Amino acid sequence: MSNPARAESIAQLERLVAALLAKGVVSEAELAAQQASTDRASPETGARMVARAWLDPEWRAMMLKNGTAAAEAMGVSMAGAPPLGVLEDTAKRHHVIVCTLCSCYPRAVLGYPPHWYKSFSYRSRVVREPRAVMAEWGSPVADDVELRVVDSTADYRWMVLPLRPAGTEGWTEDQLAALVTRDVLVGVALPKLPA
Amino acid sequence: MSDTDHTPAIHDIGGIQRFHCTPVEHDEEPPDAFGKRVDALRQTLARKGYMTVDELRRGIESIPEAEYFALTYYERWLRSIELLMLEKGVVSREELK
Amino acid sequence: MNPRFSPGSRVLVKNDWPEERGPCHIRTPHYLRGRAGEVERVLGAFRNPEDLAFARPAETRVLYHVMFDQPGIFPADGKQPDKLLVEIFEHWLEAA
Repeated sequence: MSNPARAESIAQLERLVAALLAKGVVSEAELAAQQASTDRASPETGARMVARAWLDPEWRAMMLKNGTAAAEAMGVSMAGAPPLGVLEDTAKRHHVIVCTLCSCYPRAVLGYPPHWYKSFSYRSRVVREPRAVMAEWGSPVADDVELRVVDSTADYRWMVLPLRPAGTEGWTEDQLAALVTRDVLVGVALPKLPA
Repeated sequence: MSDTDHTPAIHDIGGIQRFHCTPVEHDEEPPDAFGKRVDALRQTLARKGYMTVDELRRGIESIPEAEYFALTYYERWLRSIELLMLEKGVVSREELK
Repeated sequence: MNPRFSPGSRVLVKNDWPEERGPCHIRTPHYLRGRAGEVERVLGAFRNPEDLAFARPAETRVLYHVMFDQPGIFPADGKQPDKLLVEIFEHWLEAA
């Protein structure tokens, strides 16, 4: 839930920051630079990686083998970030990512996690009844497709390489990337052609 | 099995009954200014070696149940960061008044 | 890194509940304790979060991607042929 922070929490934060500033532990410039850097990360990076994988078999193989290297090749600094793994969907297999214990998320290539990803209901339900969650989300999974729920519990971060939709033959990388939303990269949605 | 034989820790909510019938809200708002500032503080403190993400999680997991579910996401982070800074002596109670 | 298990190994997640013994930080979800699965891939070696969480010296431990039969764990709601794929540290696994 994105309930606004309470005034007392904002005051608590500012007291802590003031104490850390006074002791030289952090500076306002460092906090601003950190926030700007986090704000720059966006699911457009993940979308671009996927579109390229749909067009370039060599890139695809590299990305599946080493997602971290693929993110670096997109110009994302992965120094200090957890390693990135990319999970390949097929016609008979689909992946959906969750972190039941906290909110592990491939921030370097997707940006801030959305509220729903961190919500108690998503974290709790998607391992137990993934098909119900997918259907509620508007992306029912066919009975003959194996749904793999990936619980991101430890040191890796995961994104999905979805199946390229039919009807996109001859499309450019930009056109393809536009189909790959953040929800598609998490796996709660499947790429859909514009109506 | 675990729902009956054992009580999982407060944060360990995969598959538990409590949220079984709660729809997943499509809430697309980006974090607010408070959330982004807590986030930036956490990352800056980690980068400078004052805390690890594992410690952050341990601090969040130690929040008593009633508060854990009442606080917002970034309020839980703030609670943990403050706990860690006090525990490590980076700041004192006195300095937070 | 000297992994004890390899892709295809049948493994059992320890049915251990350290959270009932006192303060701890563990990355093995409750719903997998005591469950059998199969190693999908070896992910590498990482410092043990159970120690890092308390700022203790932390050894590296091998981390695996382990696959579980999802309806086997959630029989009331799960559906064949679905799977759960979860990162689990070696010290939580035994040979099945």
